[in-house]
Amino acid sequence: MTQDESRTDTGRQAREAAAERAAIAVRPEFQRKANGSSKEKVFELKGVDVLYGGVAAVKGISMDIHRKDVTALIGPSGCGKSTLLRCLNRMNDLIPNAEVQGELLYHGEDLYGPRVDPIQVRKLIGMVFQKPNPFPKSIYDNVAFGPRVLGRKDDLDGTVEKALRSAALWDEVKDRLENNAFGLSGGQQQRLCIARCIAVEPDTILMDEPCSALDPISTGKIEDLMVELKEEFSIVIVTHNMQQAARVSDRTAFLMVELDADEDNRWGRLVEYEETEKIFTNPSDRRTEDYVSGKVG
Amino acid sequence: MTEPGATAPRNRLAVAGARATTVAMLRNQPRRDIVLNAVFAGMLLLAILIALAGLVALLAQAFVKGAPALSTDLFTNPPSTAFPEKAGFRPAIIGSLELIAGVILFVLPVGIGAAIYLEEYADKSKWWNRLIEVNIQNLAAVPSIIYGILGLAFIVRGPLDLGFILAAGSLTLALLVLPMVIIAAREAIRAVPDSIRQGSLALGATKWQTIRSQVLPASIPGIATGVILAVSRALGETAPLLLVGATVFVTFDPTPFGSDGYSAMPVQIFNYAVRPQEEFQTLAAAGIIVMLVVLLAMNSFAIWLRNRYEQRW
Repeated sequence: MTQDESRTDTGRQAREAAAERAAIAVRPEFQRKANGSSKEKVFELKGVDVLYGGVAAVKGISMDIHRKDVTALIGPSGCGKSTLLRCLNRMNDLIPNAEVQGELLYHGEDLYGPRVDPIQVRKLIGMVFQKPNPFPKSIYDNVAFGPRVLGRKDDLDGTVEKALRSAALWDEVKDRLENNAFGLSGGQQQRLCIARCIAVEPDTILMDEPCSALDPISTGKIEDLMVELKEEFSIVIVTHNMQQAARVSDRTAFLMVELDADEDNRWGRLVEYEETEKIFTNPSDRRTEDYVSGKVG
Repeated sequence: MTEPGATAPRNRLAVAGARATTVAMLRNQPRRDIVLNAVFAGMLLLAILIALAGLVALLAQAFVKGAPALSTDLFTNPPSTAFPEKAGFRPAIIGSLELIAGVILFVLPVGIGAAIYLEEYADKSKWWNRLIEVNIQNLAAVPSIIYGILGLAFIVRGPLDLGFILAAGSLTLALLVLPMVIIAAREAIRAVPDSIRQGSLALGATKWQTIRSQVLPASIPGIATGVILAVSRALGETAPLLLVGATVFVTFDPTPFGSDGYSAMPVQIFNYAVRPQEEFQTLAAAGIIVMLVVLLAMNSFAIWLRNRYEQRW
């Protein structure tokens, strides 16, 4: 095959992949808004409660998450930021007795509507976990897994390379794609997980404390990566690290633990959601200021 | 502050003092403790020697007695009552191989399927799933003769009505070792961390794709180990086979569905061992050597497999 043909081929596959995504997107449940402005809303949460076995973990969350923004969720332990994040791609469905109330729209459509298939949701909304969780397979197979299960088997090599390049991992692993992913360092494993996620060509990437198990240098690489990735994807990140939120995010949501009168029950509540700069320099809520300045939490 | 030269001798003195105290403490272990420790260690050693002595005696006796009969004739010749010097185990060996082939064919899909259901699909909060779990544990402890009766009643006769054929024996042995396989496969599946399942599901894989492409491949070494151990148990079983038609004297190569009868290694060994002539005793001992070698090899392979491919998460 000549170079030209292969390029055309790749182009065709890219178009096909795009058409496939579009086909999913134009299904009524995922109709996207027509305007392409960067402030298009990806998620709209209106009074979202999450309950585990009838007990609320977060209550009354209302916020809009914008397209191609990095949105950070910060707050003390137990404030429900991971719980909230896992609602966004219906990973909470995997927990028995978990229940989401209120309205949670994704591109204007109810994410928890009766016709929505959680599997389809997760193809469009990828997730990176706290602890790197590569599959016990080769580096190549890790990245190729997503496209394979989705039946996108054309030009798998190209897809894998593109995903690894996007995750800034290609140069480090291109000569050992067949090696087991467990041989990579923690930071490389986490970037592999990001590449794995990108290979599915999602629209949004959710990251649940992606750097908490990594050293500062690996953390820096992943933060740089996030800034690059937001050119193409919307990113929602949960982090314990306020500096990280300040460095990478465009908007920050601060959640806090709220107790009922007799302190028997606790749940997370959204305190403030603003431009990151405003949250860290001029928060309007006293509790936000105390938290970001390190007085509490 | 004192000058450094003055503190150095004092430091040395302090260190020497500390060292002397430590040495004294270390040497000061009560005599009674030393003796008790030695006695206890000796008793533990004795326990393991008793366990080993049985095995060594068995091996030694079988080798001394059976060695003269060890030859290729053992594998190629059929049994014979008239010519013990020419008699062998050929039909029994072929019968045993066919039996365990059938066991593997049955036990692999059913055992792994049951394990996947229990680990991945069963809702543990439901009482019937807990009941199934407890019963599988119990089934693994049911005496094998009871499986023989089950095989006779339900497989040879009764609903399946297969008759006294090798396939019926195979099915009976498969039922006998099925709980072992299910338990081993469940443990292997449970050892795959949830983060792998979540990682796969988060990519848009379905539950079945996750199980097939992630959970099962990661648990194959554990499952294989369990299957090998189960098969080696099936290979050594005699009691259930006696009930489901492993007739003791077969001079032709058995077929899976032939109704002329079949035999298996342990049954044939038993048949030789009960004969009064010295030559048959020797033949039985040679058969025992063959079986022991095969069983030890299988178990060693299972252990090697487990150690070699065990995934560290």
